[in-house]
Amino acid sequence: MRELRADLAIAGGGPSAIAAACAAAERGEQVLVIDRQPAPGGQIWRGQTNEWHERFRRCGAQWLGRAEIYDAAPGMTLMAQAPDGPAAIRAGRVLVATGARELFLPFPGWTLPGVYGAGGLQALVKSGLNVRGLRVVVAGSGPLLAAVAAQLIESGAHVLRVCEQAERTQMTPFFRYVAMHPEKWLQAAELGLLLAGRYQTGVWPVAARGAGKLEAVELSSGETIRAEALACGFGLVPNVELAQLLGCDLAGDGFVKVDEKQRTTAPGVFAAGEVCGIGGVEIAIGEGLIAGGASASLDRSFRGVLAAAFRLRGELRRLPQPSTYVCRCEDVTWSRIEPFDNWREAKLQTRCGMGSCQGRVCGASLGFLKGWPPPEPRSPLAPVPLESLASE
Amino acid sequence: MSRPDAIVIGAGICGAACAAALARDGLRVRVLEGHLPGGGVTGAGMGHIVVLDDNPPEFALSRHARDLWDAMIPQLPPEAECSPCGTLWVAADQEEFDAARQKLARLTGAGVRAELLDPAQLAEAEPNLRPGLAGGLLLPGDSILYPPLVAQWFLNSSPLIEVRRERASTLRLDAPVRILATGSQLDLLPQLPIKPRKGHLVITDRYPGLLNAELVELGYIKNAHGGAAESVAFNVQPRATGQLLIGSSRQFGATTAAVEPHMVRRMLQRAFEFVPALAQCKAIRTWTGFRAATPDNLPYIGPWPDDPGLWIAMGHEGLGLTTAPAVAELLADQIAGRATAIDPTPYLPARILA
Repeated sequence: MRELRADLAIAGGGPSAIAAACAAAERGEQVLVIDRQPAPGGQIWRGQTNEWHERFRRCGAQWLGRAEIYDAAPGMTLMAQAPDGPAAIRAGRVLVATGARELFLPFPGWTLPGVYGAGGLQALVKSGLNVRGLRVVVAGSGPLLAAVAAQLIESGAHVLRVCEQAERTQMTPFFRYVAMHPEKWLQAAELGLLLAGRYQTGVWPVAARGAGKLEAVELSSGETIRAEALACGFGLVPNVELAQLLGCDLAGDGFVKVDEKQRTTAPGVFAAGEVCGIGGVEIAIGEGLIAGGASASLDRSFRGVLAAAFRLRGELRRLPQPSTYVCRCEDVTWSRIEPFDNWREAKLQTRCGMGSCQGRVCGASLGFLKGWPPPEPRSPLAPVPLESLASE
Repeated sequence: MSRPDAIVIGAGICGAACAAALARDGLRVRVLEGHLPGGGVTGAGMGHIVVLDDNPPEFALSRHARDLWDAMIPQLPPEAECSPCGTLWVAADQEEFDAARQKLARLTGAGVRAELLDPAQLAEAEPNLRPGLAGGLLLPGDSILYPPLVAQWFLNSSPLIEVRRERASTLRLDAPVRILATGSQLDLLPQLPIKPRKGHLVITDRYPGLLNAELVELGYIKNAHGGAAESVAFNVQPRATGQLLIGSSRQFGATTAAVEPHMVRRMLQRAFEFVPALAQCKAIRTWTGFRAATPDNLPYIGPWPDDPGLWIAMGHEGLGLTTAPAVAELLADQIAGRATAIDPTPYLPARILA
């Protein structure tokens, strides 16, 4: 197996990873950035370039794109499946900057073609999917919904409605915070203008209907909207699996526990960005700089504001019906999972969470529906060719 | 339940089958399980129902057990994922093909269906086996299922069964009949000569149609029953889901359940020698389990001589799923004082005292 060495290996390629890579490489460290995407930028900077891309290009860090980290071996070794085969990455330090993914909650019809993750549809649009004239409902929770809706409108889609499950009163601290931060206020004001009359709070999807593909979205308000696409996401959950495999402890809220220097509880392992808390790009960059050895002044209070403002309502736990699939990989319905009171037994008896997504989707949704802690990650973290596991 | 008629220690496939058999006789059965029913070696194993004929007692037990499974399988729920895929023993060379021929004679002589495949028939049956193999022996009556679900099904089979989620810390339990069925957990009866034998498994994403039967190399027998500290043998199973379950490895003396990359490598390299296309299939999980191996490769089934009322169902190594219903029947018949379907003598735990 190919062997790569670095002083600092960074898992992930988003803003915190790029900031950390720049900080460390500019101080003369050998830095290797490993990411699933072909180009640096993560989900948020997908398909665009900014001053960070330029700084990253100049800093001398190495980029290993289209690479999936599937295992961690003792002695600070990451195993990655790269386009030209597997590689063992031996590093002095590891930074986990694996970001977050969308939370999907199961409701009747959520597996119909035409139902997308909100961020997923945005990524498809950024990669060139034509949505001109498409009738779309955007629903779920979190500031991402408005951003996705704006992107869809800009790309010519008919955004019929943006449904935020949180009540407006619950969101007050968020609006207050935004009002006090000029750059966020400007962005919010633009979105507000764009989405005026279409943005609704205290409403969520209860079913997606259609024969073979999405035809209509049923809302909690009783209204049914005819639509060809539903972009749906209930907030973000951190990608903590690699950190857990490396032995890092999680905090009570499920994020990776770090100190003021972004050190995790595992020696030599750092974490930065959304994997430590959902708070947006500024915090991610600041944490990345600190993890890379630079200093940065950082106000993380927005994380708490977001978590409180978009806290999910209890009614969402009643979304799945007995025949609703909870685990898409293994075709396990809610009626089969509902009777169990712990993950281990549910997995053993139904194989829920044991398919190719390794429980990333249902693990997160059952975390909310049942309050079960996420399943312990196991190697391989992602599907990997057998020949890679067999290579010396 | 006040004082039960029987207590079964361990709710793996064997303990669960024993509980079901005793309940069929009208006994009120309490099952003690400190972990999850089917969550130990039962959940870690492949779920292969297979007739093995390496020695007469093993043949008698596995063959009778398979007949019992045949009667039960139609009643299993679809989630048990039973698939009558058969076992195809693959001969890599002429020596192994000769062994297949002898195996055929033994099996058919005893009335077990088996078909000898020449290289062309083998290639037709399994196009993804590499060319140049010497042939194979197909046992169409073997099948596979998902063991934890079947263990739970046994436990649900009678209202006379009560499962208590507690770990037994002693064999001094208040019931006329006690059955020890704790797999590779040996602390309750350390005198029993059993050694944990670690195995690794890898499961892939779905590749329906890549393989048709459970494939095992004929060299498996020498690898499986040799005394080597570490060995691997080619064994791949096509699950009903289209996933491929890849084994097998055997290790004595392993102290942790951690997946050991060098064993996974050896096991997979062995598998690629037989099915080259596997190299491109994607693995989604690897895990390990501990088989309960005995020095003479036969299980301990029967009364424990030093402790009246204590019965043993231990030491099944890799055959616990296959033999579970026969083990349960043997014990239930002996407990009830009935004649047994097969001769119980070779399996009696008393043999270790001789």
